[in-house]
Amino acid sequence: MGYQWNWGVFLQPSATGDDTYLGWMFAGFKMTIALSLSAWILALLLGALVGVLRTVPNKTLAGIASAYVELFRNIPLLVQLFIWYFVLPELLPVSIGDAFKQSNPVMQQFLASMVCLGLFTSARVAEQVRAGINSLPRGQKNAGLALGLTLPQTYRHVMLPMAFRLVVPPLTSEFLNIFKNSAVCSTIGLLELAAQGRQLVDYTAQPFESFIAVTISYIIINVTVMSLMHKFEKRIAVPGYIGGK
Amino acid sequence: MTYEFDWSSIPGSLPFLWDGMKISLEITAQAVVIGIVWGTLLAMMRLSSIKPLSWFAAGYVNLFRAVPLVMVLLWFFLIVPKFIETLFNFPPGADLRLSSAMMGFALFESAYYSEIIRAGIQSVPKGQISAAYALGMTYFQAMRLVVLPQAFRNMVPLLLTQGIILFQDTSLVYVSALADFFGAAYKVGDRDGRLVEMLLFAGAVYFVICFSASQLVKRLQKKYSPA
Repeated sequence: MGYQWNWGVFLQPSATGDDTYLGWMFAGFKMTIALSLSAWILALLLGALVGVLRTVPNKTLAGIASAYVELFRNIPLLVQLFIWYFVLPELLPVSIGDAFKQSNPVMQQFLASMVCLGLFTSARVAEQVRAGINSLPRGQKNAGLALGLTLPQTYRHVMLPMAFRLVVPPLTSEFLNIFKNSAVCSTIGLLELAAQGRQLVDYTAQPFESFIAVTISYIIINVTVMSLMHKFEKRIAVPGYIGGK
Repeated sequence: MTYEFDWSSIPGSLPFLWDGMKISLEITAQAVVIGIVWGTLLAMMRLSSIKPLSWFAAGYVNLFRAVPLVMVLLWFFLIVPKFIETLFNFPPGADLRLSSAMMGFALFESAYYSEIIRAGIQSVPKGQISAAYALGMTYFQAMRLVVLPQAFRNMVPLLLTQGIILFQDTSLVYVSALADFFGAAYKVGDRDGRLVEMLLFAGAVYFVICFSASQLVKRLQKKYSPA
């Protein structure tokens, strides 16, 4: 086969001259990490809130929470991303929309990607939180109420501390997904890992090396997150449950 | 002043959008069929006592599950066709890229199907396979006649739900320039300068399809689950 392997290409100065191609990859790597982590924080906060609301007796609140989950689960991530990036700035009041459109393009792409990934993942987090709360023995809630706690107090002091520890293992897979899903953001031009990979193919004419390097980077992220979460899961496991101490 | 909607490009472009939808459905159907067949084989390999087979299946599944779908599609769109062309001396005119991207999509989804099917096989009580062996069946007879029929019955809702996720994933073939439903909607919006309307329309169509399908799966699950 006529392919010329050249792994040294990563150390060559890049086309713009101010960096090596390895530097480009590393910039993409950092962007993927920054995007995924910030979106994950958003997803955890919103997901916990929506998940709790889905279990409350108030029908209106539970209905709104359930509509939220269905909305974000039944539209493809790519479509959601394009709506955040291309549609929303047009529909906002003109002053806010213009301020967004005139800001730094990288900032625009990052903000749209972060909000999109965060909300998309929050619907999935909410489902896990709801399942965690529903898996608690009913006696826990009743015991809390029987002790004279109000419903919010029962959630705060009895149910949520248990539920949050139970949902950590299923949330690990959502956490892994957010890194993988962040690759979708390359479609709006955000220069994260996958986009840098494509750019490397164009500039270096060494497609195999570029794609292998990017693919290995994703595998490294995956393995690192998995082993960190495994340690965390062990520390936080509830004694007496399967998987607990 | 707020945005003024103009939905007039939708009616005229419906035939074009429908062509895109047919491609989306075609990719979905192909990936579901390949995913279930190849996924079942992978699951059986993974659970097999022959170590190399089980390592291969574990490696395959873990690799595809660690890499984003976008990357897999780019691999199969940009890299694999070149590789095949040089390897088999294809005439330079032949365009393998689209069929290669569709194949990559199916191979990716197979990894996810294989995990569902593996869990399904493991949910069948061990006594069933022992009983099959006691009746003198071979491994493949026991799998085909005893284990898999029960496993698949337990898995139907999960397989269907995965099908809905897969249908949503097809929109990502956008990166490979396949004109699926989303690609078609984007093209029309871009051409007419009505991206806002077309993207909202595409989102609404996906929502209606996926939401109704998931409600159907829920009803099916209630009807067939052991009470």
